[in-house]
Amino acid sequence: MNVSTSELELRALMISGLDGDAAAHRTLLENLSSRLRGYFTGQLNRIGRGPVEAEDLVQGALMAIHTRRHTYDSAQLFTPWVYAIARYKFVDYLRREKASMRDLPIEDTKEMTSSDNSGHVESSLDLERLMAGLAPKVRKAIQAVKLDGLSVSEAAAQCGMSESNVKVTVHRGLKAMARLIRENRS
Amino acid sequence: MKTDQLINLLSTNLEPVKRGETKRTLTWTILAGGLAAVCLMLATVGLRPGGGWFISGYLLLKLLFMLTLIGAGAALLAKLVSPGQDGRKLYTVILLAFLAVGSVGVCALVLAPPAARDQMMLGSQWVTCALCIPLFAIIPFSALIWALRNGAPTNLRRTGAVAGLVAGALGAVAYAFHCPDDSLPFIALWYGGMVALCALLGAMLGPRLLRW
Repeated sequence: MNVSTSELELRALMISGLDGDAAAHRTLLENLSSRLRGYFTGQLNRIGRGPVEAEDLVQGALMAIHTRRHTYDSAQLFTPWVYAIARYKFVDYLRREKASMRDLPIEDTKEMTSSDNSGHVESSLDLERLMAGLAPKVRKAIQAVKLDGLSVSEAAAQCGMSESNVKVTVHRGLKAMARLIRENRS
Repeated sequence: MKTDQLINLLSTNLEPVKRGETKRTLTWTILAGGLAAVCLMLATVGLRPGGGWFISGYLLLKLLFMLTLIGAGAALLAKLVSPGQDGRKLYTVILLAFLAVGSVGVCALVLAPPAARDQMMLGSQWVTCALCIPLFAIIPFSALIWALRNGAPTNLRRTGAVAGLVAGALGAVAYAFHCPDDSLPFIALWYGGMVALCALLGAMLGPRLLRW
């Protein structure tokens, strides 16, 4: 697959996702996660950090891409948008890690392959702990809509909220989770 | 947590996204911030005494200078909140506006008789001007930061600087309706200078306030 086909495909998936196509959004995120893993692994390799940190960054970036996807202007190229977010997240990570960077061992940068597909690695983030960091009402809404997969109207009935309130709460909840992911290591 | 788990969570019950909301929010924030600055001006220093404010060509010049900065700055902010875009031409517009006003100010000063120069630079209320522009910029600046935090700025220092510039220019628009000082060097020095100072403060605050 050459660069421009992947741009076209990813962009089409992104635009379908923005219109509410969940399958396209899932395919997009899966595709991006292996690219992001490649990018972050490469960057972290240089500073002697391992796959767990890379996975933390992958998940933080996916969360950022998802919660900030309204900032993508569909008239623009998609790849530079994603790359700018990934780069921003990496620079942000470096800034927060700066203090502990000084005592890093530089020698063990050996057997890191450039493989993208280490999807079995778990990040240091814990979904239950992230959920516990949310306000009870928000947690309930996210649990219903995003984890149990209830429709918005079912979730509204279960949580005793209006449908639009459920949507807003879920959206805010994801943003709060993005913040918690970001603060995980600081 | 496995990344697949997160992807599951994010793509379950996906909501469609409204387009163009970021730009709309920015536009409304700038208008509301400008209005707030004008109200603050009316509540504190008030309109230019003598009612001469609406016929002054200098007022138009001040407004033209500031509206150029606001227009270019707003267009830049719309790019800065969307990752991967750049707007180099717009920086040139801003730079040219400062250069044009600065050089016109210097020329006017050079051509004037030496005895009149102090009066041209300091006017009657330079202290008020220097205090009011940043003061009137506070509300627009806070509003802009709030709006930008909903976007995804990746260059926080630059975004902060442009937010400071736009807020400063909105403050200066409000102050222009009070300002009794009509001279080109005054505009260059105090309007240009205070707006540049606001941009500098914005650049300093940006990385702290805009992180996400």
